[in-house]
Amino acid sequence: MNGSALFMMISSMSVITIITGYFMYKVVYTPPKPEPDSFEFNDDEKR
Amino acid sequence: MNKESWGSRLGLVFAMAGNAVGLGNFLRFPVQAVQNGGGSFIIPYLVCFLLMGLPLLFIEWGLGRYGGQFGNHSTPFIFNSVSKKFIWKYVGIFGIFCNLTIAAYYCYIESWTLAYIFKSVSGAFAGKSSEEVAAHFGAYVTLSDSYMAVFFWLICLALNVYILSRGLSGGIEKVAKIGVPLLIIFGLILAFQGVTLKAGMKNAIYDGTVGLNFLWTPQFNSLWEPKVWLAAAGQVFFTLSVGMGSIQCYASFIKKKDDIVLNSLSAGWMNEFVEVVIGASIIIPISIGYLGIDKVVELTKSGGLGLGFKTLPYLFQNWGAVLAPIAGMLWFGLLFFAGITSSLAMGFPCMSFLQDEFNFTRNKAAMTFGAACLLLGAPVVFLGIYDILDEYDYWAGTVSLFVFSLLETILFVWVFGIDNAWATINQGADFKLPKFVKYILMYITPTLLIFVFVKNIPEIIDKIMHREIYHKIATTTDPATLEMLNNKLLFTNLSRLLLVAVFIGIGILVFVANKKRQKLSAI
Repeated sequence: MNGSALFMMISSMSVITIITGYFMYKVVYTPPKPEPDSFEFNDDEKR
Repeated sequence: MNKESWGSRLGLVFAMAGNAVGLGNFLRFPVQAVQNGGGSFIIPYLVCFLLMGLPLLFIEWGLGRYGGQFGNHSTPFIFNSVSKKFIWKYVGIFGIFCNLTIAAYYCYIESWTLAYIFKSVSGAFAGKSSEEVAAHFGAYVTLSDSYMAVFFWLICLALNVYILSRGLSGGIEKVAKIGVPLLIIFGLILAFQGVTLKAGMKNAIYDGTVGLNFLWTPQFNSLWEPKVWLAAAGQVFFTLSVGMGSIQCYASFIKKKDDIVLNSLSAGWMNEFVEVVIGASIIIPISIGYLGIDKVVELTKSGGLGLGFKTLPYLFQNWGAVLAPIAGMLWFGLLFFAGITSSLAMGFPCMSFLQDEFNFTRNKAAMTFGAACLLLGAPVVFLGIYDILDEYDYWAGTVSLFVFSLLETILFVWVFGIDNAWATINQGADFKLPKFVKYILMYITPTLLIFVFVKNIPEIIDKIMHREIYHKIATTTDPATLEMLNNKLLFTNLSRLLLVAVFIGIGILVFVANKKRQKLSAI
């Protein structure tokens, strides 16, 4: 691969992967809001 | 009363990402990049993603969650909760019309992927020439050889109806939590195969990196061409599944205090990851590895669908008796998961409308959606030779999306007011948006949408006037071709009438639902 193609590919893919990873990390590790929230998984009783 | 809810936050993000990730991520994006400046295409593409794609996601998530607070889960009444002017609920018809009409043909395409998984695994392409594999696809979709496509279409519809009937957390979310990770894993395996392909290995003529080199070599001159920016805006628009009404519906089940900013950013960027990192590393490197640049450039002129269904199944045969069926299963498997997570997102807004406004049970609503897809999809399936699918795709899957996006942007940002819109988006946010996004929402996103729409007006006029078909009629002398073109003209007009009838029909349902609401509020 030529240098400019390699640079475009690696820089684009790296930027996108890092940003995606960062947001997914935030989604997984942000503590849930107090009940009642929008999600069933932490409900006391199943709806 | 609609009692659906999301099971978990990760499930919501996967379902939203699954809605966005579709066949276009793997078949359309690489072809658009090849045709519009190679590596430099990523620049207008990412600019449009930041200035138009993400803002539209914020708008749709914001609209959905706002409408959901009032118990509204379909765009006509979500819009009605934002503005009481009667026109807006009728603008919301697009949110049901687009989903229903796109689902009608999308389920058929989805069924091809399902059928091709079985064909790949059973070795149906083994020992066939490239022409035979290509002809097989043509015969399959036009029902020339058998009605197997109808069988798989019905199975696909039934599968969609069954999953939809299990509800949001019990059906859609479960499928998304399995389907999205699986399609990423399948895609990564195939991308690894594509990138590491070596000339002489598995009968390849060129290295897989030749394809990557071709795809990513920037032609910076192309950045001055408006058509490249138009293509980038179009790709961003279609890849995120905005302007359909699905995102608003999914978001309407999120409570006021919960985040939508981080969720929308995660789903949007996950779609970009699948498209740019995985989607760009499969079809072009593998195809160029076997066919060379010139042949692939020629093949991309007819779009990515041909490469995906006619070329790749043939090329996989070079990988041997064991790897070929596995590669076929992975490729069509990932397309299937990409397809079904999107088609479910199209079905749910239609169901929610029936559940909210006409007290349909979940099962009845899912069955009604399935029946509507069956009726509306029948012309696409049985009149395949007249390109009815393209007609549906152009009016419902292209023009309507732009119109709807532009109007919902005006509603949320200008009618509702930017301060209200900004407060709605940022309520409960786990990620703070910079203030300049507010100005992007107000000025840049609508301007870009208007620009893209205006640039497409000449093409829309050409389509309305059937210029392409009339040109072909004028230049052909063969009586059989002439008859075929005249039939195509007739069926194209009939399919347009059908689409108009569907739009009006949904409008009548919205009118009736509104009357019911007025009666109830009077009591």
